[in-house]
Amino acid sequence: MSYILIIGAKSDIAKATAREYAKHGYDLYLAARNVSELEEFANDVTVRTQRAVKILELDILDYKSHQSFYDQLEEKPLGVISAIGYLGEQEKAQSDFEEAQQIMDANYTGVVSLFNIIADDFEKRKSGFMVGISSVAGDRGRKSNYIYGSAKAALTTYLSGLRNRLYDAQVHVLTVKPGFVATKMTEGMDLPEKLTAQPEEVAEDIYNAQQKNKNVLYTKWIWKWMMLIIKMIPEWMFKRMSI
Amino acid sequence: MSFMSWGMYPKVKNTIFKFDKKKTLRKIINEHDKLIPCGNGRSYGDSALNSNIVDVRSKNYFIDFNEEIGLLHVQAGVLLSEILESFVPRGWFLKVTPGTKFITVGGAIASDIHGKNHHIEGCFSECIKEFKIMLADGEVVTCSKEATPNLFKATCGGQGLTGIILDAKIYLKKINSQYINQTTIKTKNLKETFKAFEEYQDKPYSVAWIDCLAKGNKIGKCLLMVGDFRDDGKLDYKVKKQKSIPFNFPSFALNNWSVRVFNWLYYGKVKKSVSKQIVDIDSFFYPLDAIGHWNRIYGKNGFTQYQFILPKETSYEGLEEILSAISKSGKGSFLAVLKLYGKANDNYLSFPMEGYSLALDFKIEKGLFDLLDKLDEIVVKYKGRIYLAKDVRVSKKTFEKGYPKIESFRQYRKENKMDSKFQSLQSKRVGI
Repeated sequence: MSYILIIGAKSDIAKATAREYAKHGYDLYLAARNVSELEEFANDVTVRTQRAVKILELDILDYKSHQSFYDQLEEKPLGVISAIGYLGEQEKAQSDFEEAQQIMDANYTGVVSLFNIIADDFEKRKSGFMVGISSVAGDRGRKSNYIYGSAKAALTTYLSGLRNRLYDAQVHVLTVKPGFVATKMTEGMDLPEKLTAQPEEVAEDIYNAQQKNKNVLYTKWIWKWMMLIIKMIPEWMFKRMSI
Repeated sequence: MSFMSWGMYPKVKNTIFKFDKKKTLRKIINEHDKLIPCGNGRSYGDSALNSNIVDVRSKNYFIDFNEEIGLLHVQAGVLLSEILESFVPRGWFLKVTPGTKFITVGGAIASDIHGKNHHIEGCFSECIKEFKIMLADGEVVTCSKEATPNLFKATCGGQGLTGIILDAKIYLKKINSQYINQTTIKTKNLKETFKAFEEYQDKPYSVAWIDCLAKGNKIGKCLLMVGDFRDDGKLDYKVKKQKSIPFNFPSFALNNWSVRVFNWLYYGKVKKSVSKQIVDIDSFFYPLDAIGHWNRIYGKNGFTQYQFILPKETSYEGLEEILSAISKSGKGSFLAVLKLYGKANDNYLSFPMEGYSLALDFKIEKGLFDLLDKLDEIVVKYKGRIYLAKDVRVSKKTFEKGYPKIESFRQYRKENKMDSKFQSLQSKRVGI
């Protein structure tokens, strides 16, 4: 078997997903900024699974570098998984556009830039899979995180269109919408235990959904139904609520 | 967030400190007192509980494996289950493993855990080459039996009271199958049980399930299970999906009658006095791990495990007396596990000694601690001791009588300024 490319590889979900794929026999390209911080983790995966793990420097906001980043991969990946996520600070982003732009670019623009390049290659080769980790926050805008949410909503729509485009080329696209996950990103938040997934659970769900060519994955599964209800609340009522 | 141990008792508020780098941990140690490290929260009682908890579970990187000598180097938060998942398919198994694989390597060292092969392989400390530990002054020391014997003896079995273990090098053992040839021996009373243990002493793995509610001449009847790895080259070990108990059972669900029925069914299932089976690693070593959160069957008030050991010379008399007292009390236990141990080691607070150990689960309810105090008296009378990794209530007096090396341990902690830095609710109660 061969390589899977994971971008945003320093996140807890990315690490758990990397271990999951390596466990099932895939080799890994792990891409992130300041990638030397991933050396110990890459070694961990190799000792656990005896798979090849290569770490690659990637700045998702340096759009111009994306083509050469992809071109340098001698062996092209079988699939790509984006675990890029930047929550940012909602309140700061409301008054400081730089923060807002950072949130939008990291969660959306950057992924589009790189995924466009990879999609072209996969389409030509008529094989491959693409997984984008979006968020339930993109299903409906709420005052507590709507800038992050809107960027994830854009990503969800992008992935949906990409899925439609690549269907004929047999390239599968999976949209992942995690709810609460116990990670560094959510550390310090008071998350309800029953609704909060561990990164390992999310990783296992992603692997299984991708292998079964699922289109959209909510994880934990209960979020599918929770979001269905939240989406059904009429706007005149929703605007008065704090959830 | 509050952290609970496996027994879900007591429930106390605590602050959890996480660390990424050594520098962060050093800062935590410098700035706070009364810290206790915690792995995966599988010790039953209050040995890893306090107001300040250092989370070690998230330090879970594998560092190196030397295939030639079977030496594995991992961070302290790695679970035994993670080691099995990676290494059983490659023909390696833990030299020493307890009855659950969901404990960390750091926790295994701190409790100097033992398993079904204690009479052959001893405790977990036997398979350690060395480990790194951050001490009370923030210094990191590489500790081994040869280089730092006192620190080694204090840390293995020392319940996290000497410092924060960072990583460890442990030896694995070669296996050529993930299956075990198991022999089950059904006995009718304690005498037969003891005889069976002696008879099968050369089998590498042995443990007995014992019916604690049996009365009169049936006291001590058991199913003794012994086994050894097969040699069939089948190493296709896959982690099975867990079934999980989703919520706390009502606390009346477990009572004298439900336990009686369970025990009757369990014992009655085995017809022949000696029978043979082929079982896999998970069902032989970790039967309870198949059910996630099984601690919830005892209800929201929690439970405790009472585990003691008696020297071989006094084991028969002592066990007879204790089993009668339990049977008379009517407080049932699904799980009563009996085992014959090998020789004690040199560590200050390791539990095992040559003799018989019995472990029983009890739900926390009125009158339980009175019963356990009575059992303590019998244990002390027969020169036995209580296992700290399971304990949540033993008195200082009972504890001290069971652990003759406690003074050396106290002294060592004091000299190295560990006594105010590292504390648990348990260490405060029993004065260590």
